[in-house]
Amino acid sequence: MTPPASLVDRHVGFVHALRAAGLPVSPAEGLDAARALMVVDLAQRETLREAYAATLVKRPAHRPGFDTLFDLWFPPVITGAEGTAVAADAELPELPELRERLAELLMGDPADPAFREFARTMVGRFGQVRAAPGRQSWFSFPVLRALSPETLVARMLNAMLDERGGLPEKVARRHVERTVGAFTEAVAADVRRRIAEESGVEKIARSAVRPPIDRVDFLRATKDELARLRREVHPLARRLATRLSIRHRRGRRGRLDFRRTVRASLSTGGVPLTTHLRPPRPHRPELVVLCDASDSVSTFSHFTLLLTFALREQFTKVRAFAFVDTVDEITRLFAPGADVLDAIGRLTDEADIVRFGRTDYGHVFERFAERFPDAVGPRTSLLILGDARSNYQAPALGTLKRLAGQARHAYWLNPEPRAQWDTGDSLATSYGSVVPMHECRNVAQLAAFVETLA
Amino acid sequence: MWFASPDEVRERLTAAGYLADDGIATSVFLAGALGKPLLAEGPAGVGKTQLAKAVAEATDARLIRLQCYEGLDEARALYEWNYKKQLLRIQADDGAWDDIFSEEFLLERPLLKAIRSEEPTVLLIDETDKADVEVEGLLLEILSDYQVTIPELGTITAVRRPYVVLTSNATRELSEALKRRCLYLHLDYPTPERERDILLAQVPGLPAGIAEQLARTVATLRALELKKSPSIAETVDWAHTLLALGRTELDEALIGETLGVVLKHNSDQVRAAKDLGLPTRS
Repeated sequence: MTPPASLVDRHVGFVHALRAAGLPVSPAEGLDAARALMVVDLAQRETLREAYAATLVKRPAHRPGFDTLFDLWFPPVITGAEGTAVAADAELPELPELRERLAELLMGDPADPAFREFARTMVGRFGQVRAAPGRQSWFSFPVLRALSPETLVARMLNAMLDERGGLPEKVARRHVERTVGAFTEAVAADVRRRIAEESGVEKIARSAVRPPIDRVDFLRATKDELARLRREVHPLARRLATRLSIRHRRGRRGRLDFRRTVRASLSTGGVPLTTHLRPPRPHRPELVVLCDASDSVSTFSHFTLLLTFALREQFTKVRAFAFVDTVDEITRLFAPGADVLDAIGRLTDEADIVRFGRTDYGHVFERFAERFPDAVGPRTSLLILGDARSNYQAPALGTLKRLAGQARHAYWLNPEPRAQWDTGDSLATSYGSVVPMHECRNVAQLAAFVETLA
Repeated sequence: MWFASPDEVRERLTAAGYLADDGIATSVFLAGALGKPLLAEGPAGVGKTQLAKAVAEATDARLIRLQCYEGLDEARALYEWNYKKQLLRIQADDGAWDDIFSEEFLLERPLLKAIRSEEPTVLLIDETDKADVEVEGLLLEILSDYQVTIPELGTITAVRRPYVVLTSNATRELSEALKRRCLYLHLDYPTPERERDILLAQVPGLPAGIAEQLARTVATLRALELKKSPSIAETVDWAHTLLALGRTELDEALIGETLGVVLKHNSDQVRAAKDLGLPTRS
């Protein structure tokens, strides 16, 4: 039994699109998916989706991108003759009724088919915008503006609760936020589907998929992605810690244990047939982190700090210092058991790191050497986090060279893409000649770096 | 054939006390239909092991379990020769050198047992991520061809392919080669609606209103940035706790008092109490 040709084409095109979006789909997995297509009911769209997911998507981080592409390649409906679109700003008599219906749906279960159906109808009604004479396109914005689900929140909360406030409100609010998010996503998906119908799937597929979370650029992450990144910290730290401790155990064997070897040789008449070695002493570096807390790189340095402290058991001692144009120690904010989010919130209030508010690396290095002369010693790994943009101030290369010389290792992690180094006020190459500088733009690069460190 | 369709999977798993959504039903069906192992990955306590048990119960198959841990080796996972018995045999009969490597002296371990089993078998390889990387190499031959090579006996091929479920908590990335051979199922925390149904199924006598409230409250807790989010098992424990206390109304004071059932880190409790405005225990 061979599947019809059009299905094969669709399948191949879909697999190509997945690869183009960065999912590593091997030919064997493509074949598995094709085999799966032969045994499932193709008319059941969700089954088809899950069949593809089970055979092709082997990392949770790739799932959102997969879902977006699946919706494009296997659209739930095909636009037929629907009601004609209206200008978004026209006052519609039935708009209050539509909003009433929306509020009702938002209070219910977002998995309800009526929910998506409603989103699709609304895109058909409000989503069309005349882009140029004779051409029109689809956007989510007019739909959301016309219905404005956010302004319904207060009303829905009133309807769901007897009295406002306290935990019940928090719980209800969380539910409403989730369904509003689902509605926004449903509208966006339908807009993408309509665009794909008009200008071809390949065209929209390229721009529709966000990179998986471990490839998201620190400096360009959206608020949602940041929250997800922070949630990744603990699993990531755990994963790194297991990997690191396995490497420790496998590492070089220890020195000869003379006493045990002689003791064992007694049973062979004093001939040391078997040698006993001391267990290897784990090398645990002390870590000193100097991190740029200025706004331009704060997402990056915060994330890295979180990870460092999550990995605390891998280092004998972690000390962290934050700076903008002067430097202060922030280790106490990250005491074990302390709430790290809280710590980051307090960072700017409680630590003395700002004089004029413009990053000045030169002054920072000098202050650091002067205020904390004992911080960097021969067992220390010195880690500097920042973009090396010093607002055209003196770089104090000599001081940094001395600091790097005192440390066992020194590294610099720069969240900027390598292509932007040395542009404008960046001193990447000058500092890079003293302390080896690594590009560190996303979680994947950061994880790779931590492995070389410990 | 293990199952006829995803819908049948759902029905039979429900009968076995496991509520399956689209993703679970489809992957469980495909694993049976394509004869491929199913890799279930996800945070602790979302019912990965339970899934394998439910599949075994739903299909009336024998469950063979291989629990992975650091230092697991061939002798524990696959087979071992019974040295003591072999030694005795040689001492008793000098000419026995040739037949000490036979069936009689073979100790079956879970993997070999599953391969040689003639009745329907579900092989559960639990917490695969805890095992060393070498074990994955061992699994590759077994999972792709369902055969085992024992130098003294030759290659043993499965009489009847077992239904294989691997679970992983993702403490490390499993190798690409292993993932490629498996169907992948990511199990995550359920939606409040599904969790409510799970609660109602697992905790008899729980009023529907409380189940709904509990599920939504737990979803709110999971949305906070906690060290360890509450698992399904912990939600179920929470429901049992409330029943045992004989309370039929879930209010803030009660949640504050029993928060320890679902949150096991002090900093998490403090955070939850602060963000949700719960009364703190003093």
